[in-house]
Amino acid sequence: MSFPWAEHYTPKHPAMQWIDEKLPLPRLVYNAVGAGYPVPRNLNYFWNFGVLAGLALMIQIVTGVIMAMHYGANTLVAFSTVEQTMRDVNAGWLMRYAHANGASFFFIVVYLHIFRGLFFGSYKAPREMVWLLGLVIFLLMMATAFMGYVLPWGQMSYWGAKVITGLFGAIPVVGEPIQTWLLGGFAPGNASLNRFFSLHFLLPFVIAAVVILHIWALHIPGSSNPTGVEVKGPQDTVPFHPYYTAKDGFGAGVFLILFAILLFYAPNYLGHPDNYIEANPLSTPAHIVPEWYFWPFYAILRAFTVDFFFVPAKLLGVLAMFASILLLFFLPWLDTSPVRSGSYRPTFKKFFWILIVDVLILGYCGGAPAAEPYVMISQVAAAYYFAHFLIILPLISRFEKPLPLPNSITEAVLGHDAIEGEREALPGMGSDPQPSHAG
Amino acid sequence: MIRIGAFLVGLFFAGWLLVSFLVGAVAYVTEPPAVTVEHEFHRDPKHVAFSFDGPFGKFDQAQLQRGFQVFKEVCSACHSLKFVAFRDLKGIGYNEAEIKAIAKNWAIKTPDVDPKTGEMTTRAPIPADYFPKPFANNVAAMAANNNAIPPDLSLMTKARHHGSAYVYSLITGFQPQPAELLKEFPDAKTPEGLHYNPYFANLNLAMAPPLTADGQVTYGDGTKATVDQMAQDVAAFLTWTAEPKLENRRRAGLATIFFLLIATGLAYMAYQNIWADKKKAA
Repeated sequence: MSFPWAEHYTPKHPAMQWIDEKLPLPRLVYNAVGAGYPVPRNLNYFWNFGVLAGLALMIQIVTGVIMAMHYGANTLVAFSTVEQTMRDVNAGWLMRYAHANGASFFFIVVYLHIFRGLFFGSYKAPREMVWLLGLVIFLLMMATAFMGYVLPWGQMSYWGAKVITGLFGAIPVVGEPIQTWLLGGFAPGNASLNRFFSLHFLLPFVIAAVVILHIWALHIPGSSNPTGVEVKGPQDTVPFHPYYTAKDGFGAGVFLILFAILLFYAPNYLGHPDNYIEANPLSTPAHIVPEWYFWPFYAILRAFTVDFFFVPAKLLGVLAMFASILLLFFLPWLDTSPVRSGSYRPTFKKFFWILIVDVLILGYCGGAPAAEPYVMISQVAAAYYFAHFLIILPLISRFEKPLPLPNSITEAVLGHDAIEGEREALPGMGSDPQPSHAG
Repeated sequence: MIRIGAFLVGLFFAGWLLVSFLVGAVAYVTEPPAVTVEHEFHRDPKHVAFSFDGPFGKFDQAQLQRGFQVFKEVCSACHSLKFVAFRDLKGIGYNEAEIKAIAKNWAIKTPDVDPKTGEMTTRAPIPADYFPKPFANNVAAMAANNNAIPPDLSLMTKARHHGSAYVYSLITGFQPQPAELLKEFPDAKTPEGLHYNPYFANLNLAMAPPLTADGQVTYGDGTKATVDQMAQDVAAFLTWTAEPKLENRRRAGLATIFFLLIATGLAYMAYQNIWADKKKAA
């Protein structure tokens, strides 16, 4: 697709030729994830997580469709149909635990995928659209996960739904009508459960569609790589198949082993015990907490405790929580450094690791009770989060002096000396001192 | 333009968060949060060893049967077990005839409709029935239990942190209110009709100590029925009711992980093999 030296699909079997003439679907697959897609030869293991996220999505869709066959979307029976699935359906416990823990693993690999992009500057030109579509997928995932957590109709399901839809109630004037409209009532009930189930079934397929756009947009410039130096010639790339299918196969194996350990030996470790208590609108849990993958955002939401003149603290928290995700959409234009990879950006690298620690602290505080000292800690951590993306990053881009970049991907892999001899044989590569970032 | 806007937004959020922090910090220093009685006197569950601990642990069927006996003779008077059916008892080693007899002789009857008159009536449970509830509804439960509803026990060990140890600790944890508690928190005296128990979230619960004397239950297998033994047995039984597929899960996990280790090993070798010519100069 993206490079002139990409291999072309030439079906040998007459049946494949016949199909290719009528519907070039095999060709499409060949060019997308087969030998027809040239990929930089120096990708490290952090580049496995895109494929792993796709694997996680497939696991969720398969287990989810099976769960839906045994689920009753009615507040009277929702909790007990889930229990019956666990007890009386053949391998029902496996489907249920795989689906619940699969959501956690989906978020784990997507967070690693996002931080990979943040460190190696994958969001920069010419891949802005890949980044933006990825964020759309992330938002859809959050909506899907939230609605999925409501379906078992446990205590955390109910009270989580109440708190999250209550966020819309913080909007002045129109907030409460919006909240009532979203829930189909004044509190989470049967109408809410039914629409959440409907949307929870629909959204994964919307995610799958946006994933196709995400991959399509990626294939226009081609994959980025750990040096951030663009591909210069055929010697810099290898065909996706068999090179990266083999590497991703190994990555998928490691992913599945870790997934199996959690699923078979600690399936409730990441869940909350309260969700094994059936929803009871008359009994509020001591601490209402969302699933772990929302904790950093939950900490930001709760960090605002002081009204800003006429703006109530609660509304500020809601705005900040949405802003904390929406600001990522502006990242390609906030970080103006021409160097993509964090490996060659000494100042950026330091702040990047501070950000990682900061987000982990936010996550910890988001899962802790809304009491001191956790609120104070999350206030400082949230302040850094906003400052990092909106103030520090643009300033670093301006003043940082990057380290010298390798001349090419091949040089980064094989070392400068090793390709000295090849250089004469391959004119047109590696001669410009500052490789172009314009493309 | 984007960067100026972002700078201002960032300055606002970060600035106001730091103001909130200062306000919170001043309040924290001038008025440190009061220590609550729960914070000081609540205890985490005791350490207790079960046969099903650890990744390879299995249920002890004799223990599950003893625990079932404790449930039957003590707990079931007030607590329901609505997600467990009599037929499920096969999982703790009873055969069909035994299950039929257990269902038939169960103290609480199953509500049903009289097939001749259509009137509401009750009948003896059959193996296909779920354990019948001791109270017709929540109002009846509250009326009989000092305004508290005895919770269903099917999922209790999964509905609390460290559930098995929690059930054991709660049952064996009743004690007189410590003198130092009353000295420090004079208002926290256990109200009339409630019972002090440091393993319960708010320290006072409506349930009276259910196991009070050794030998309250007479075990058929000769095990000495001390309070401690009965509490362990019923905690084990409730672990089974909450997770009856625990052993299947661990067995399936072992086979799955064994397969995945081999498959991943092969995948790694395939990866190394395919990449062999790309790691060095071409």
